Amino acid sequence: MWQLLQIELFKIFKRPRTYISFGAVAALVGIIQLGLKLDGNMYIEFMLRDLSASFNIEGNILNGYLVCYIILQLLLVHVPLLITLIAADLISGEANMGTLRLLLTKPISRTEIILAKFFAAGVYTFMLLIFMAVLALFLSMAIFGTDDMLNLKSGYVVQLKSTDVFWRYVCAFCFAALAMLTVASLGFFLSIFADNSIGPIVATMSIIVVFTILSTLDIPIFNAIKPFLFTTQMIGWKGFFDVKVNDDNQAIIGSIQNPDRVLKAAGILVFYIVGLLVASIVVFKKKDILS
Amino acid sequence: MHPVINVTNLSKHFKDLIAVDSLSFTVNEGDVYGFLGQNGAGKSTTIRMLLSLVKPTQGKIEMFGMDLFTHQKEILKQTGAIIEKSDVYKYLTAFENIQLFSKVSGAGKLSKSQLLDQLAIVGLQDRAFSKVKTFSQGMKQRLGIAIALTHDPKLILLDEPTNGLDPQGIADVRNLILQLSKEHNKTVLVSSHLLSEIQLIANRFLIINKGKKLVEGNASQLFDPAETLVELETLDNENAMIKLQQSVWSSKLQARREKTIVLKMNKTEIPAFHQSIVHMEIPVMSFRPKHSLEDYFLQLTTINDDVATIAN
Repeated sequence: MWQLLQIELFKIFKRPRTYISFGAVAALVGIIQLGLKLDGNMYIEFMLRDLSASFNIEGNILNGYLVCYIILQLLLVHVPLLITLIAADLISGEANMGTLRLLLTKPISRTEIILAKFFAAGVYTFMLLIFMAVLALFLSMAIFGTDDMLNLKSGYVVQLKSTDVFWRYVCAFCFAALAMLTVASLGFFLSIFADNSIGPIVATMSIIVVFTILSTLDIPIFNAIKPFLFTTQMIGWKGFFDVKVNDDNQAIIGSIQNPDRVLKAAGILVFYIVGLLVASIVVFKKKDILS
Repeated sequence: MHPVINVTNLSKHFKDLIAVDSLSFTVNEGDVYGFLGQNGAGKSTTIRMLLSLVKPTQGKIEMFGMDLFTHQKEILKQTGAIIEKSDVYKYLTAFENIQLFSKVSGAGKLSKSQLLDQLAIVGLQDRAFSKVKTFSQGMKQRLGIAIALTHDPKLILLDEPTNGLDPQGIADVRNLILQLSKEHNKTVLVSSHLLSEIQLIANRFLIINKGKKLVEGNASQLFDPAETLVELETLDNENAMIKLQQSVWSSKLQARREKTIVLKMNKTEIPAFHQSIVHMEIPVMSFRPKHSLEDYFLQLTTINDDVATIAN
């Protein structure tokens, strides 16, 4: 199994297209950082225009932590596409190349192949997110410095002490990894049904778009299903940046306002991942390889 | 002779299409077994079932005395295969491809020199570190054969292994199959539409049509040495057909093709037939007795239909 996983990773990282995702993340993060470096103060003034009238806000507001939060909000919408490009190609791409049948003539069970490919997709997803974390968090900290982080909400602001932020990012990236692994699982599952990767990539993105629209539509009939859509739960990482407050309305260091909601969101994503993986194994074991 | 493959009553249905229909055959140890049939006859589907790529609708497959469905891994450890064209990872080098597949084929850890030796068997040692995307189809096919042989399998299944090869490539593959059979005592099942090639290498044959077995046996059993097909090409085939149907040779008529008329007769009758067509003043362009496997194959797979046409 370990050897199969190594082989799958070797194949993924030998393909030039794998690095498109890393290039795209680097370019997007770089563009946002450049824009904020050049014109970030105007952006902050605009965001704090209501608060500035009542409060005197001092310090390094546009610090690395806030920049990373802005980047995550923007990028986690687009990263699923980059994940899908690889995950939805893992089976269908091999079917298209004709290598799937050669692989299946070797003494390996189909379950082993699915598990190895799935874990390889997981490793790729984690590596892309680690790469993103390095650029979005550490590089931003290096460029913009650190200070307390202002989490701008509609109607209020959450002030997080600089010493209370880093662990929240670690958790947020772990949660984001879970969310992206859900997307990878969906793309991977759909790739079993096709003999070229275009179909599963388009199908995965279509499902994400439809689910996202359903998640954001405020129509009562859809409210019942919203909690069960993975797209609703994918933004659960933001929960790590909501804190409990004490009686003096001061943030309690190390707290999360609603940990149950974050756990529930993570649970639903894990349910999707396991469900899609089991479904992938069942379907693939029954599939006739005609490619 | 131990049976290496024993297929009993094997069928595969794709919805309404019956791809393989109650097929039974046996391949013995050391055989080079020619698996023949027209395109769509069910050869590839059968080979895919032997490799567990396609699930049979019914029937039993035993290989090396074990049931394929319960001992898949053990059987595949002893089997090498090429299915239609050899597709490998084009973005990897030949060496990376063979190294990758050797790891999953149960060959154990092979050293660099052992892998290069495998590539040398198929003449690719000089291109070992070139990307496969720069290879010709023939080179890819040879690489596919090298990959199929990495774990030293006892049984080799080759589905149309000469597809897309030039004449030299076809000859190379033919010689390699003979070498594997004679020098390394491998059992080979090979399907091909190049019947003349199969005739040169196979000791036993199976001919299928529309998923059904037509005939199985060795060359001497299949071809009646006393009988032959005679192909006649005339200036006016329509007139020649009428004259032959009215003659004593009418019972020998087998087929009328676009440019030729085919008859089946005893070899000793050929001189008399020759004289008859001169007497009947049939303007003959060519006169060819046919004894090859290809003729036999065509006789089995097409002539029955043609005879019905002639009768009509």
